[in-house]
Amino acid sequence: MPIQVLMPALSPTMTEGKLSKWLKSEGDAVNSGDIIAEIETDKATMEFEAVEEGVLGKILVAEGTEGVAVNTPIAILLEEGEDEKALTRAMEDPTPSVAAQPVEAKSEAPATQMPAPAVLSGEVEAEPEYTGKMVRQTIREALRDAMAEEMRRDDKVFLMGEEVGQYQGAYKVSQGLLDEFGPQRVVDTPITEMGFAGLGAGAAFAGLKPIVEFMTFNFSMQAIDHIINSAAKTLYMAGGQMGCPIVFRGPNGAASRVGAQHSQCYASWYAHCPGLKVVAPYSGADAKGLLKAAIRDPNPVIVLEHELMYGQSFDVPEDPDFIIPIGKAKIERKGEHVTIVAFSRMVQLALEAAEALKGEGIEAEVINLRSIRPLDIPTIVNSVKKTNRIVTIEEGWPFAGIGSEIASVIMENAFDYLDAPVTRVHGADVPMPYAANLERLALPQVDQLVAACKAVCYR
Amino acid sequence: MLDNPFPLNKTDLLKAYRTMRTIREFEERLHVDFAKGDIPGFVHLYAGEEACATGIMMHLNDNDRIASTHRGHGHCIAKGVDVHEMMAEIYGRATGACRGKGGSMHIADLSKGMMGANGILGAGGPLACGAALAAKHRKDGGVGITFVGDGASNQGMFLESLNLAAVWNLPVVFVVENNGYAEATAMEWAVSCDSYIDRATGFGLPGVTVDGTDFFAVHEAAGEIIRRAREGGGPALLECKMARFYGHFEGDAQTYRAKGEIEDLRANRDCIKLMAARLKEAGLAAQEELDVIDQEVAALIEDAVRAAKAAPLPQPADLLQDVYVAY
Repeated sequence: MPIQVLMPALSPTMTEGKLSKWLKSEGDAVNSGDIIAEIETDKATMEFEAVEEGVLGKILVAEGTEGVAVNTPIAILLEEGEDEKALTRAMEDPTPSVAAQPVEAKSEAPATQMPAPAVLSGEVEAEPEYTGKMVRQTIREALRDAMAEEMRRDDKVFLMGEEVGQYQGAYKVSQGLLDEFGPQRVVDTPITEMGFAGLGAGAAFAGLKPIVEFMTFNFSMQAIDHIINSAAKTLYMAGGQMGCPIVFRGPNGAASRVGAQHSQCYASWYAHCPGLKVVAPYSGADAKGLLKAAIRDPNPVIVLEHELMYGQSFDVPEDPDFIIPIGKAKIERKGEHVTIVAFSRMVQLALEAAEALKGEGIEAEVINLRSIRPLDIPTIVNSVKKTNRIVTIEEGWPFAGIGSEIASVIMENAFDYLDAPVTRVHGADVPMPYAANLERLALPQVDQLVAACKAVCYR
Repeated sequence: MLDNPFPLNKTDLLKAYRTMRTIREFEERLHVDFAKGDIPGFVHLYAGEEACATGIMMHLNDNDRIASTHRGHGHCIAKGVDVHEMMAEIYGRATGACRGKGGSMHIADLSKGMMGANGILGAGGPLACGAALAAKHRKDGGVGITFVGDGASNQGMFLESLNLAAVWNLPVVFVVENNGYAEATAMEWAVSCDSYIDRATGFGLPGVTVDGTDFFAVHEAAGEIIRRAREGGGPALLECKMARFYGHFEGDAQTYRAKGEIEDLRANRDCIKLMAARLKEAGLAAQEELDVIDQEVAALIEDAVRAAKAAPLPQPADLLQDVYVAY
């Protein structure tokens, strides 16, 4: 039976294209795998490969035709022994069969890609524009206020961790909380991360809402079993019976001159795990709004604060109802030439790099992720569709890092829009060295980011 | 009839007997069905250890929360989890206690205060402390109970939880189910102290050791330390010396056990036989009464297996459900 060859979709976003050239003529034999045509999309010219054998009976769309819609019959393939009559019948046959596939887009509809769990799919709405009173605060004060406001609002919320009470916090984030809420709700723990992380998970199963402070996230590795095996997985393992409304928070990322065990980014470690949400605030408003959202969230949330930013001041919304929705990124600066995706302290570097690039005529769009998981894919993709270039920056290691994930997201969602490879700027793939000069070399710097942005702009 | 020498009336005693028989029948059936290839994965049987779960759980209500182990079927049944739902869970069915997504090592029923069996050894210690902290916070008189084997008793997080419970005076009880083997390794080789009472004392909490095959001894000791915890007296550790009738898991060749060891345990340290003998000796139950319970339990398990096999599998769409709480 004759087979209709259809205009292929060469990418998930392609709706039409130009049939630029036929490489076979009517009457030519076609073997499976032969390139039969070249098709041009708005981004690239692709070769079009036959998947079935036969004779090219009739070309229905002449070469040079533009705006050919996907799935339009473009040719008819005759099987061996079929004649003109079959061709006539085929041209009247309204039911087409696909007989060719794109060579370079074989994985256009990845069959193995599962949809995301319900709460993570779809676009999260941004918070309404805040018009209320602002106060000038350090990040540590914003975090403290976030906890205090939520503890006033809900008596099931309590804070525990090493030195959070009497000592007022190792980084002074919990200053004043013990005085206001007392030792039952601001609980000093022994140095026992695995113990109190698991205890927090058990308390959350039993209806409390713990905020577990790790003195630094470096010590959360002691507790990672309970964070993942207890907090993240139990809802699923128990068939939906028990959620774990818990916050694990503390300083993350590179500190200063403290060596390899105390200087590390955990974003990709925790973002890897279904069942966890992961946020990483940059500004004071981020810190307050995201921590409040994390405390209210019925799921386990990892809040990655930055050790070097606690003392930085920002204008912070004073309203206790100010919340930043988890899963929504913020465009910190608009631009049209290149997208920079950053989180936590790297947003600061991204903004500095954007300023430097402006002087060279490059307008960078800076996206502050705020949430690592769920990742705000629409905001990233929409920006790339506009700028056609993307550079990611993170303090963490490159292998299976957040930048790697974003590269995949772009391949899956905006492949045709790229004018340059996705480029990553990241921490060096080494444990953090102690010596000042080596430490500097191990961490992303503004000039590296500027260079990467210029490279993707071919400048 | 003689006077009842036990602190439980006949109804409760027969209820305890029924619970122990239900656990035994459940586990013996899994042993057979696993060998037939009907049940996959890791299955760790509680047969021989029934007196421990039953003697302890009789002191608890649904508001008290337990954190169980990989060998958790007995804890589930004694805590009141529905046997049909458990069997369906192990068969991976949509009607299972966890909708088929947990399996043998993750059976949970929060409505019964069963926070979950747990595939991570020692993980129950901190979790039960958390449940105890929540009970203390709410002042509802609830207690947390965790079970660990002699193997998991060496895990860091278990030891951390002993310390946390002591320094915070939590209403929590740590039950060490000492069946002599950490998987295949003898307790004498793997545990640094001779007595768990010493280990508890080292962390500043009282410890009690009982013969875990003696329902009455477990029941009495557990009653005292649970009451103490409930009344604010703080945590305690209860060591029950147990007899494990099967291997660490189904399929375990048990080359580490002495010849005749299991036969001896079954003949002389079978907690159900021992209890039945005590009940008959005290004139509280005739063999005929116990036989009726045995038959009813056998029918219950048979029906649970039949129902599990007939139950629907989870739907493909269930794959993505309950990763997050939607709100």
